[in-house]
Amino acid sequence: MSQVLTTAHSVVAPSPLSKRIAGTIVILYAVISMIPLAWILMTGFKTPPDSIAYPPKLVFDPSLEGYCNLITTRTRQTQDYIQSLGAPKTTCDEITRKRDMVIAGPSNYLPRFWNSLIIAFGSTFFAVSLGVLSAYAFSRFKIPLADDLLFFILSTRMMPPIAVAIPIYLMYRELGLSDTKLGMILLYTAVNVSLAVWLLKGFIDEIPKEYEEAAMIDGYTRLHAFFKVVLPQAATGIAATAIFCLIFAWNEYAFAVLLTSGEAQTAPPFIPTIIGEGGMDWPAVGAGTTLFLIPLLVFTVLLRKHLLRGITFGAVRK
Amino acid sequence: MTMVTTEEEAQVRVADHASRTTSPSVTRRVRGLSDRAIAWAFIAPTILLLLAINIFPLIWTIYLSFTNYQANRPNRPITHVGTKWYQEILNSPDVWAAMQATAHFVFWTILLQTLIGFGLAYLIDRKFRGHAFWTTIILIPMMLSPAVVGNFWKFLYQPQIGLFNYIVSFFTGIPPSSFEMLGSVSLSPWSIIIVDTWMWTPYVMLICLAGLRSIPDYIYEAAEVDRASPWRQFWSITLPMALPFIMLAVLFRRIENFKMFDMVNLLTGGGPGSTTEVASITLKREAFEKWRTGYSSAFAIILFVAVFGLANIYVKALNRVKQR
Repeated sequence: MSQVLTTAHSVVAPSPLSKRIAGTIVILYAVISMIPLAWILMTGFKTPPDSIAYPPKLVFDPSLEGYCNLITTRTRQTQDYIQSLGAPKTTCDEITRKRDMVIAGPSNYLPRFWNSLIIAFGSTFFAVSLGVLSAYAFSRFKIPLADDLLFFILSTRMMPPIAVAIPIYLMYRELGLSDTKLGMILLYTAVNVSLAVWLLKGFIDEIPKEYEEAAMIDGYTRLHAFFKVVLPQAATGIAATAIFCLIFAWNEYAFAVLLTSGEAQTAPPFIPTIIGEGGMDWPAVGAGTTLFLIPLLVFTVLLRKHLLRGITFGAVRK
Repeated sequence: MTMVTTEEEAQVRVADHASRTTSPSVTRRVRGLSDRAIAWAFIAPTILLLLAINIFPLIWTIYLSFTNYQANRPNRPITHVGTKWYQEILNSPDVWAAMQATAHFVFWTILLQTLIGFGLAYLIDRKFRGHAFWTTIILIPMMLSPAVVGNFWKFLYQPQIGLFNYIVSFFTGIPPSSFEMLGSVSLSPWSIIIVDTWMWTPYVMLICLAGLRSIPDYIYEAAEVDRASPWRQFWSITLPMALPFIMLAVLFRRIENFKMFDMVNLLTGGGPGSTTEVASITLKREAFEKWRTGYSSAFAIILFVAVFGLANIYVKALNRVKQR
């Protein structure tokens, strides 16, 4: 009996050899799939000539030029003028002057990054607040046509963004919400609330009803029980949902590129427009991409246990 | 009024009694707002927001799709054109070309992602040492912004300096400047398929892994007692039992790729010519470059209907998986 269960091919208890082969293939895939990402991170630390060298340079002298170019705008000047300026004040000054240029001012990257932060956090706050209320109601009360309402809520997220953008563009133009942070926060809240309702409903379903009922027997009203009992119990779920909403709002491009152009523009539509002298400034693009992706890497690690739930709208819980 | 009070009092008495004999369903309706009021107060803000940002614009789009309105000429009087745009779209060779480009893209990305994703999940399910760490690494691409991904793959695809061309030439000997992934009519559809597969295989992998892990061990144990070959176990147990999960992943990727915009817009912008012009890119050109608002509204409605149908099937699949 035990002989049969430990055959070399057993699915339940794989043999050491099959484990090793599986491990090798998976690690190989993981490493290959990281090459593009590693390359763009490296490019951020190259000089522009190194970034377009052939054959591609794997070993290079790291430079902060990409990061300097990302956050500044520069103008070309004569040697005499540059020498008349005196000693360079910052590292970026020094790097820029080596290319016969001086820093003219800050670039738009940091304001765009800031916009991304405000819009992502603002919309996440509203989406999760609305979502947790609706999710609680759907989870605990008998609501007529609940399944249809839930489907309606989810279907709004499935719509092609470009198709939705046409009327939103017209509506925002009428209301004066074009290219405003408020407009983008409202829009992303509407897109995220569907995910929030579905995810949070799953989390709240898992909290035993008996907790609130016990609290209500002790004299809490339903509202009290919701705030004092259910919300703390759902804290992990709320945090996971919030991170999913943040990721969506942080990454969103289609609405951003069509509905914003200046004041409320976020980082994703801005990064592709980083252009240096004579073509794309790839080190600056690499630097901008790196800064933009770091929060996402952190989120991935934080979320790894809840990822599956998030991407299946709470249906698969592992 | 008095009637109600006495009724409430009676309920309180019943509730007090009930709380001692633990029948909490009655106590619920006693204090504070009624449950029904709370339910609607909790749901209403969400529904109102969705009505304002999704449904109202949708109705407006339907209206515009029957007019010759142009968003860049708001003062021109609107004339109603009936179903002219719908007929034009359904008879337009450009639209069918876009649909074909979309279908080609959707077919190959889903095929590749399902094969590689399921294969990876199957291997990770061997639970080799460190599998949790490597799974997290594999998941990274799907968390990134498709727009930013499209933009940096453009760098990798550069004909002379790009890493992709260099690696291809390193292994095949083809000179790296002799082919342009983004610029050539035959290669550009594959350039977007490669990036999408790179990005979304982890998604399919993760859902397949959940499917594989949902299969209880005792079924395999029973199969081994019956001396079923590993091959037989795979086809009779693993695949059929993981199938609902695979279907879920496929359906969701189909919806997502059907409306794909950001990554393609940045990689190829629909070009060269219109070889990678998927439906959303056509829609963007019509709506925001040619400003044919009426026409593009009709196109948007057609896409809505298609996605709505797909979403319906998807939710059914979700519910099927949920019962497991």
